[in-house]
Amino acid sequence: MQSTPPNHFELFSIAEQFNLDLSTLESNYRKIQSAAHPDRFITATAAERLSAMHLATSANEAYSVLKSPVKRAKYMLEQHGINAIADTNTAMPMDFLMQQMEWRERIEDAKMARDIPELDNIADELATEAKALIGDLCELFDIKQDLAAATEITRKLIFIDKVCADIDQVIEQLDH
Amino acid sequence: MAYSDKVLDHYENPRNVGSLDKNDPQVGTGMVGAPACGDVMKLMIKVNDSGIIEDAKFKTYGCGSAIASSSLVTEWLKGRTIEEAYAIKNSEIAEELALPPVKIHCSVLAEDAIKAAVADIKAKQAAKEAA
Repeated sequence: MQSTPPNHFELFSIAEQFNLDLSTLESNYRKIQSAAHPDRFITATAAERLSAMHLATSANEAYSVLKSPVKRAKYMLEQHGINAIADTNTAMPMDFLMQQMEWRERIEDAKMARDIPELDNIADELATEAKALIGDLCELFDIKQDLAAATEITRKLIFIDKVCADIDQVIEQLDH
Repeated sequence: MAYSDKVLDHYENPRNVGSLDKNDPQVGTGMVGAPACGDVMKLMIKVNDSGIIEDAKFKTYGCGSAIASSSLVTEWLKGRTIEEAYAIKNSEIAEELALPPVKIHCSVLAEDAIKAAVADIKAKQAAKEAA
């Protein structure tokens, strides 16, 4: 019988919580990468090389998920069978969508006016908002264990993340 | 991934982009969002006393298929009753635009925007009657 593969938290021997110690995550990730490095397996059997390669690949994947707050939140919900981004669910709080629209309109205007300071301002506002949502997630996942509320906040964070990515792209375009 | 000609047409020449007066008692607003891609869609409809949609405007921040879906529905909505509008299915939008499976959620977004706009105008009408 095959045992279940470790989840992303177990792989790095860290507690399964949203509020992670990123430096522990990173140092445990480096340890695995170094232990599984191909240079150590030059004289090993093919099976050992393969299993080291699998370990390195899983560690890369797990690390990229856990270090990003959005991906970590989505992953923790998935572990409980919740898909935060189900297509069938398009309802979001009205005030949140209004704010999204407003940010999008301001970005569009600033892009037309090539107003990079304004774009930086909006990016700062988005960063502040993201920080507040991440703070909420720490409480909802780790203390209250309120997955329904955590799902709502995760959905908001996904939107904010998308606007952040778009604004970075606009700034980069204007810089060139 | 290649967009169909109809998607490209609506994307390059979107119909009815803009806003209506949200405080007008005859105007209903539907706002929806798709977290999977961060798309946001706003649809506004102006409904006359006979329940016919006289005007429709949209504003969508998202991919080409989301813009095309909302542009298409504003064309469809004009002249229809709000009941007919409510009955529009995402599958009709997806079929008209030949959306690939990965873009079906854009048509879901447009259908939900219509339903939200109709619900908003009905709430406004009910509030007016109650007053």
